[in-house]
Amino acid sequence: MTGRVAGKVAFITGAARGQGRSHAIRLAQEGADIIAVDLCGQVGSVPYPMSTPDDLAETVKEVEALDRRIIATQADVRDVGALRAAVDDGVAQLGRLDIVSANAGISSVGPAADLPEQTWRDMIDINLTGVWHTAKVAIPHLIAGGRGGAIVLTSSAAGLMAYPNVAHYVSAKHGVVGLMRTLALELAPHSIRVNSIHPTQVDTAMIMNEPTWKLFSPDIEHPTIEDFTPVSQAMNALPIPWVEPVDISNALLWLASDEARYVTGVALPVDAGAVIK
Amino acid sequence: MTGRVAGKVAFVTGAARGQGRSHAIRLAQEGADIVAVDIEGQIDSVPYAMSTPEDMAQTVKEIEALDRRIVATKADVRDFGAVKAAVDEGVAQLGRLDIVSANAGIFSFGTLADLAEQAWQDMIDVNLTGVWHAVKAAIPHLKAAHGGSIILTSSTAGLMAMENIGHYVAAKHGVVGLMRTLALELAPDMIRVNSVHPTSVNTDMIQNAATYALFAPDLPEAERTKETLGGRFQVMNALPIPWVEPVDISNAVLWLASDEARYVTGVTLPIDAGQLTK
Repeated sequence: MTGRVAGKVAFITGAARGQGRSHAIRLAQEGADIIAVDLCGQVGSVPYPMSTPDDLAETVKEVEALDRRIIATQADVRDVGALRAAVDDGVAQLGRLDIVSANAGISSVGPAADLPEQTWRDMIDINLTGVWHTAKVAIPHLIAGGRGGAIVLTSSAAGLMAYPNVAHYVSAKHGVVGLMRTLALELAPHSIRVNSIHPTQVDTAMIMNEPTWKLFSPDIEHPTIEDFTPVSQAMNALPIPWVEPVDISNALLWLASDEARYVTGVALPVDAGAVIK
Repeated sequence: MTGRVAGKVAFVTGAARGQGRSHAIRLAQEGADIVAVDIEGQIDSVPYAMSTPEDMAQTVKEIEALDRRIVATKADVRDFGAVKAAVDEGVAQLGRLDIVSANAGIFSFGTLADLAEQAWQDMIDVNLTGVWHAVKAAIPHLKAAHGGSIILTSSTAGLMAMENIGHYVAAKHGVVGLMRTLALELAPDMIRVNSVHPTSVNTDMIQNAATYALFAPDLPEAERTKETLGGRFQVMNALPIPWVEPVDISNAVLWLASDEARYVTGVTLPIDAGQLTK
C-alpha cells in the first residue's frame, strides 16, 4: 500500500459531512483507516440543520469505496464517556492510532450583549471542550503506540482575529489555540505533534445557510448566496469567496504526514489571506 | 510526467548547497525544472566558509540526475541587475516561472552594542534586501503565468528575539513584513506569498567552529563536537531533537508551492520542533 499516510489510523470528529467527511476521504485516499464520530443530530441553539445518520452512512460508503476500513460511531463530543468508548472500540478493531482531527464544530450568531446563556454554553461545550475531549481520549492510544503521532485541531481565522456578532465562536476558537500550544508542549517528549488549522469561510452546510448569510449581510431581510458571495470575497485577500473542504483536508494531510515530522505548535491559516487583510 | 509540482519552474536562491540545494532537489523530484543562483563566494563578515562553484556544479548534477532541467547562474542577491538577468535567462530557457524560493542567507554574530557596521550592513543587504530583490525580479514572470507561489525563508528568529544575533533577528523579522505586504499586493494576481521559519537546520551554516563557539563558549575548542553541541541546540526545541534536516524545510516549501496550498497566503509557517511554543 502506498500513500502519504499509508498504514496509519486517523480519528476524526464531525465526520458525517462537510470538512470532516472530506478529511476522512482525503486521508483514506492516502492510505489511512478511519475512526469516525459525529453527533448526527441537532443542537437547539444552532440555526441550521445539523448532520444525520444518513450523512455518516455516506461517509462510511465513500471511505469503503477507497478500499479502506472505517469504524463509525454516533457520539457527541460533549460526552467524554461516549467519545472514549468510540475511540477505544475503533483502536481495538483497527489496531492502532496515529492521527487525530478534532474537527466537530457548530456555528451560531448573536451580539455578545444579547447572546442567550445556552447559545454561549453550547458553543464553548462543543467548539472548545469537545476539542479537549477529543484529544484527551486519543492521547493514551498515541502514547501507547510509541510511534509519536499528529493531532490537528480545527480552529478558524476567528481563532486569530475577532469578528462582530460571534463572540462565543471567536472565544472558543481562540481558546483552541491556547489548547493547541499547551498540548504541543506537554506531548512533545512523546514526539506527538499538535497543530491547528485556521480556515476562512469554507463551502459547507455550516455557512451555506440563510442565518449565516444574514450575519454577513445584516441589512438584507432574506439574503441569498448572491448577496453572500461578494461580502465573503471582500474578507479574503485572494479573489475568491470561500475555499473548498478539500483545501482544509490537504493542510490536514500535510500536517498529519511524516513530511511535517518536526512541525508542532503551529497555527496554520488556510484563509486566502483573510487574517492579514 | 507526474509529481506535485509537475511541469512547473522554480527559482531558488542560495541553491549551491544546504537548504537551497535540498529545495531544488525536492522540487525536481516532484517534477519541477529549476532556475538556480548562488553567490559561490565569500562575504568577509561571515565567519564560516560560504559556497563554491563546485557546490553549484554538484546541485546541477543532482537535478540532471533526476531528469529535470536546471539553469544555474553565479549571482549575488545584493546585485539586483545580476539576479534579474539570471531569472530572465532561466525563464527564457525553461519557458515559464511558477515558484520562487528566496532562500539565500548568511549568519554572523555580535551583540548590537558592538556589532561592526559592515556585519550589520551585509546581513541586511543579503537576508532582507536580497529577498526583496529575488521576488522583485520574479514578479513580472509570475504575473505572466497568471499566478504562482513565493516562499520566503525567514527563521524562528523572524518571530522571536535571540541574543547575539540582533542583525539576523532584525533582517528575518523584516522578511515577515515583506511577506505580508507582498501577499496583499500580489493576491489580485493569484500569486501567493508565505514564509517558512526553521529552527536550527543541520547545514554548514550552523555546523561550523564559529557557531559552535557561540553555543558553547564555556567548552574548550576540542570538546566542541557535533555530539556535545547537539544538547545545546536541543534545549531550544520542544521535540526531543537537536535540529531538523534540510529536507524538512524542503517538504514545507513543496507543500506551499503545490496546488494543495492553492488558497494559503500571508502565512508564517514554522518548521521548528516547537521552539516558538516553548
